[in-house]
Amino acid sequence: MNPHLTLNLVQDVRELLAYQFMVNALEAAGVVAVMAAVVGWFMVLRRETFAGHTLSVMAFPGAAAAALAGLPLAVGYFVFCAAGALTIAGRRSVAQQSAVIGTVQAVGWAAGFVLLSLYGGVLEDLETLLFGSILGVTGGQVLTLALVAACALAALALLGRRLFFASVDPPLAAAGGLPVRTLASAYLLVLGLAVAATAQITGVLLVFALLLAPAAIARELTPRIGLGLGLSVVLALLIAWVGLGLSYFTNYPSGFFVSTLALVLFALARGTRHLRGGAASRLTRRRRALGSPRGQAVGG
Amino acid sequence: MELPGFLGNALLAGSCIALASGLIGWFVVLRGQVFAGDALSHVAFTGALAAAAAGLDLRVGLFLATILVALLLALLGGRALADDVTIGVVFVWVLGLGVLFLSLLNSGAGGSSGTIAARTLFGSLFGLSAGQAQLAALIGVALALAVLTLGRPLLLASIDAPLARAQGVPVRALGVVFLALLGVYAAEATQAVGALLLLGLLAAPAGAAHRLTANPYRGLALAVAIALLCTWAGLALAYWIAAVPPGSAVILVAAGVYALTMLL
Repeated sequence: MNPHLTLNLVQDVRELLAYQFMVNALEAAGVVAVMAAVVGWFMVLRRETFAGHTLSVMAFPGAAAAALAGLPLAVGYFVFCAAGALTIAGRRSVAQQSAVIGTVQAVGWAAGFVLLSLYGGVLEDLETLLFGSILGVTGGQVLTLALVAACALAALALLGRRLFFASVDPPLAAAGGLPVRTLASAYLLVLGLAVAATAQITGVLLVFALLLAPAAIARELTPRIGLGLGLSVVLALLIAWVGLGLSYFTNYPSGFFVSTLALVLFALARGTRHLRGGAASRLTRRRRALGSPRGQAVGG
Repeated sequence: MELPGFLGNALLAGSCIALASGLIGWFVVLRGQVFAGDALSHVAFTGALAAAAAGLDLRVGLFLATILVALLLALLGGRALADDVTIGVVFVWVLGLGVLFLSLLNSGAGGSSGTIAARTLFGSLFGLSAGQAQLAALIGVALALAVLTLGRPLLLASIDAPLARAQGVPVRALGVVFLALLGVYAAEATQAVGALLLLGLLAAPAGAAHRLTANPYRGLALAVAIALLCTWAGLALAYWIAAVPPGSAVILVAAGVYALTMLL
């Protein structure tokens, strides 16, 4: 039977849920979306997108190393992601930091290729690891994802407040006695482990898209913490599920729809912020021209 | 001793690409734009796949895609340092497009040959023909000359944009041109060292040079020297140890040198 989209939303959802593999995929995407939205909000706040992508790449040498050593793949992912996170964490200039992250990623690829060539066998397709195949997720994997998500969210709940202050104003936070460097390392570790555990199941593309886009859109729309986190989660679920749904009905890959939705929504959010910003500054100028005290307050 | 042909080609292409990557990389690191290089290296992959899906010459697709996305990033970023969120979102979309083209290629009749062709583009240094090596060398030298020509104003614009603007340097335009050069570099280096590895050649030698000296002339020369030495050492390593692919060997040597400068 070929699925087809109707105008009846209830009918469409029923059709979406008709197969177990689709139910698993939607559950997995939902779990990843919630976790990625929260972890990613801090990633965007801390401007660590490049580090996030680099840590997601570490799944590749991790998998190759585990296959070579005959260990479970998960061990490889965790070891390589943790090593990457700890290498990246550190106090450096912007220039050095970007060079270090780039080098870590390149070493990840290079080590992966060498290990793969030593292993000799066919691992899984590199493209699957890069782009993922969420349609093959099993019920047990959904459980694993949920467990990882719970751990990551618990860690962030524990660190959250301190991490926020350490991210927004590091010198002030340090002066207030917060361990800024330890917090930075701890966050990268959470980011790395969360990415590693999920990328092996759903592919790097979906995880990275859901880490970045919902949080980036939420940050465009509101600077508030609670509202931003909530908005980020809602957007992530929306992007993940609509992307999967469109993929189901059109037979084109979900990664394409997820990333296109992400780009379009981000462009819209940035556009509205610019429009609002433009309108607000025009208003301020007019008030100032009229000599209104409120205009001065806003302008000053 | 007579060099085997493939090794001569690899040395020619590798050296010229190392020359370009040392110079471009030094500015990329100075401007904190390594993430843009990362994104562009993945764009090359999507561009080649798109060309294969459309039945065009793969090289054309590769160059067009990287230069267009580089311009897009430069324009969206606004300031000289394109912000990481914008790069990331564009990057994600490009990966998504790659997945789409991949699925189009795999489902189309006779399409998988296109995928294979796209893969061979991301070949290794040891797989280059004499013609490919000469083209890579030509582009590498041209890029190096372009960066050197832009050198002084680009340096000023990167270090102190307001001062540069006051002196009449077109800071914005320079940023756009520089990212376009980075795009050309990504497209060319992809074919020699592989899309996934050119990042290391961009970041590691330049990062090491920045650690060793703050003087721009010495820094640029050092970045080129380190890139060249790492390329030659990596090629030798890969030649003697068959299990190590040449691109990986070059990157591992370069990363080792960078790590050493950290200890100094």
